[in-house]
Amino acid sequence: MTTDAQLGLSPVRHRFENGATVIAKPSHVAPAVAVSVSARAGSAADPPGFDGASHFLASVIDRGTESRSGDELAELLDSRGVSLTVSAMRHTFVVSCICLTEDFSTILALVADVIRNPSLPEADIATRRGEIVTAIRQDQDNPAMVAVEEQLAQLYPGGHPYGRRVKGTLETVGRIDRRILRGVHDARFTPAGLVVVAVGDVEPARVVEETGQVFGDWRGDPVVPIAVPSPPPVTGRRQSVYPMMNKSQADIAYGFNTIARRDPAYYAFSLMNNALGQYAMGGRLGDNIRERQGMAYYVFSAFEPNLGEGPLVIRAGVNPANVDRTIAAIDNEVRRMADRGLTAEELAASKRYLIGSMPRMLETNAGIAAFLLSCEQFGLGTDHDTRLPALLGAVTLDEANALARRFLVPERATVTIAGPYAQRGA
Amino acid sequence: MSDAPAPRTAFLENGLKILVQEVHTAPLASVWCWYKVGSRDEMPGRTGVSHWVEHMNFKGTTNIPREKVKGIIEEFGGSWNGYTWIDQTTYLETATRDALDRMLFIEAERMSNGLYDPAECESEQTVIISELQGGENDPEQLLEIEVNAAAFKAHPYGHPTIGWLGDLQRMTRDDLYGHYRRYYVPNNATLVIVGDVDPDEAIARVRHHFGAAVPGIVPVRTLSAEPAQLGERRVAVRKEGTTAYLKVAYHAPAATDEDFFPMLVADAVLTGAKGLNLWSSFRTPPPQRSARLYRTLVEGRLASAVSGSLMPTADPYLYTISVTAREGTSREALERAAFAELDRMAREGITAEELEKARNQLRARLVFENDSVTNIAHQLGYFETIASADLFLSIGDRIRRVARERVAEAAARVLRPTNRTVGWFEPVPADGGDDEGEASAGPAAGVRGRP
Repeated sequence: MTTDAQLGLSPVRHRFENGATVIAKPSHVAPAVAVSVSARAGSAADPPGFDGASHFLASVIDRGTESRSGDELAELLDSRGVSLTVSAMRHTFVVSCICLTEDFSTILALVADVIRNPSLPEADIATRRGEIVTAIRQDQDNPAMVAVEEQLAQLYPGGHPYGRRVKGTLETVGRIDRRILRGVHDARFTPAGLVVVAVGDVEPARVVEETGQVFGDWRGDPVVPIAVPSPPPVTGRRQSVYPMMNKSQADIAYGFNTIARRDPAYYAFSLMNNALGQYAMGGRLGDNIRERQGMAYYVFSAFEPNLGEGPLVIRAGVNPANVDRTIAAIDNEVRRMADRGLTAEELAASKRYLIGSMPRMLETNAGIAAFLLSCEQFGLGTDHDTRLPALLGAVTLDEANALARRFLVPERATVTIAGPYAQRGA
Repeated sequence: MSDAPAPRTAFLENGLKILVQEVHTAPLASVWCWYKVGSRDEMPGRTGVSHWVEHMNFKGTTNIPREKVKGIIEEFGGSWNGYTWIDQTTYLETATRDALDRMLFIEAERMSNGLYDPAECESEQTVIISELQGGENDPEQLLEIEVNAAAFKAHPYGHPTIGWLGDLQRMTRDDLYGHYRRYYVPNNATLVIVGDVDPDEAIARVRHHFGAAVPGIVPVRTLSAEPAQLGERRVAVRKEGTTAYLKVAYHAPAATDEDFFPMLVADAVLTGAKGLNLWSSFRTPPPQRSARLYRTLVEGRLASAVSGSLMPTADPYLYTISVTAREGTSREALERAAFAELDRMAREGITAEELEKARNQLRARLVFENDSVTNIAHQLGYFETIASADLFLSIGDRIRRVARERVAEAAARVLRPTNRTVGWFEPVPADGGDDEGEASAGPAAGVRGRP
């Protein structure tokens, strides 16, 4: 039996004169299409003093266009069972959805209208502001969110784009108005850098043609690249506690800054991280903290490289009585990985897992669309799925272990704890 | 809309039911083993035992020693998981098709040969209590537990699947093992295989792995029918926090009740269609911009979010509306506006245009939520456990046949004030002060902010 996965995705990629790119991959699993449109915007490009502007824009960009009211958009979407997901990440601003095949043309045109011509109604800006304020207040009452946000603020200090809160703060959100939102849209939403991905029950030629119809006449200058400086080196260990005595469980974040996605060491780092804190429910960390010591329901490490140097953050949720023991266990595992490295068996197992999981990752239309969008964002090529197994397979034990020695240093860890916990001696 | 194709059905002599569906779009297979045991089958003092048993069933078997569990499916690039809810416990693996035999071996071992090492049982107790306490960090989960407990006074749907803390602290290894042996027998299980497989070959391999499993006497599910609710019930959770949450839960029809699908349409009109896949539906937000409660509460600047939940269950469960109060909103105003919409639905039903839109939404959601071998396998097994796989196969047809009048009749029966339990999470200032009488959902003065 022949399957798409065996042949590789082999999507069609086309660049229009105005710089917009479309990537199309047919898949006839279901009478549906996953559509994602990405602009080179995101929280890293928020204007100084207006943290959260891109996130705010994401909440209001689909509330009306120059030719359609918010109510009209809502009817067009709802009557087809479609909900747009609009997300402002660090470097990208993505509008995505799944629609039935029969609705593809209508939905693609609607998404293009939303991206190009948002009317940003004042009334909706006021409504969404209240929602964002509520969401920020909810985050302030969420120990996991507090631990991670404070972790990133410390790893990436001094206004670094990766240290700022994507939602902004109560103060900055209060200052963002229509002029600021319009400014972000004008500066960051141009055809150069725009990426349209469509995966599903529609032929690529039609996707390219219809994308040309709705985006081809758009003109604009290329966006200014977002500068992402290297974060300052961490010279010592830091530990901060954010008491939230109304909670039952404490959340720990324990992290380092690492490398960028395009760093050649990415594949070795991914494998090392997989063994440390992901493989089979939490890797070595899960073995120690959850399986052997029974201290946590969740413990894992997340490696999130980006256009700039991203973080590796170990996370655990534990009873407050176990916070110190858990941090000691994380220290031990991090030190053991740095001192003695991965075993050959661990490296082989992680390779088998990451390579073997590709058919699952690329099973659904939405999964393929997310993968192709990521490949385009990082310039990995449309054949990355066929090259990825070899890239992972070529990683040597020495390469993975050298990364562990270089980055996993407990004496330079940043530890943030949020929850019903009072630091001893504090 | 064409309904899903019927799976191949087979039985082993020991009572194990097998459902196999070929899907050749990717070189994958998904195996789910479903047991008709959930938190509804737990007696007072043993709440949470089903979920704890589920945890223990990842801790090694006679032929998969503890140290061999790690990597057993990962070496095929596979994922595995499990969950316990009110009517069921289930385990799954999804991996490349060449792992089918391995997946069946794991599930056969899990059914019959769990180790239940006393030290592992003890260690897992703290993991589960950590899971429970992690949930308590979320005000909405705290509120849901209180609302459900108040809504049910007879039926065991009222206690949380994770169990009450006191029961988790007292339960023994023997309690766990006894529960495991009672319910984990082939004649209480359904094995579902979906993917790039040959049905004959798959069934032969199931027979190879499960044929020797010994059937048992499955305890008859004792049904404590929930008495009709005669008046509105109210609960409040008062705890330090930043945001107020409202939940309104109505006793709702079971999946096989003739009111279920009309209520699903009513929910689509009120909050946007979610679909019916517990495993995947929540991953895509519902189309709800034009839904009645969204327009009234969110566009009306009273709430920052609203959602509805009507899950297919074996016995009558709940239709729950969840609302996040917007900062500074009056709780009374929010509640009044929500009840006005719910009462209007009960009084007037829906329009022809709304029916058409709801059908379109549900039709699309059914396509979206069955987009992978894992999701299809889940749906076959889930519906088999609560009613029958045939019900899943006929969902599209049942939605098509819902008439406006039936929506009005079902809504009138369900959305009665006397049939509802109303719960509020009321955030209390951080200094421990009491804001009794304070009716604003916003933070009272004195709430300590973080630096």
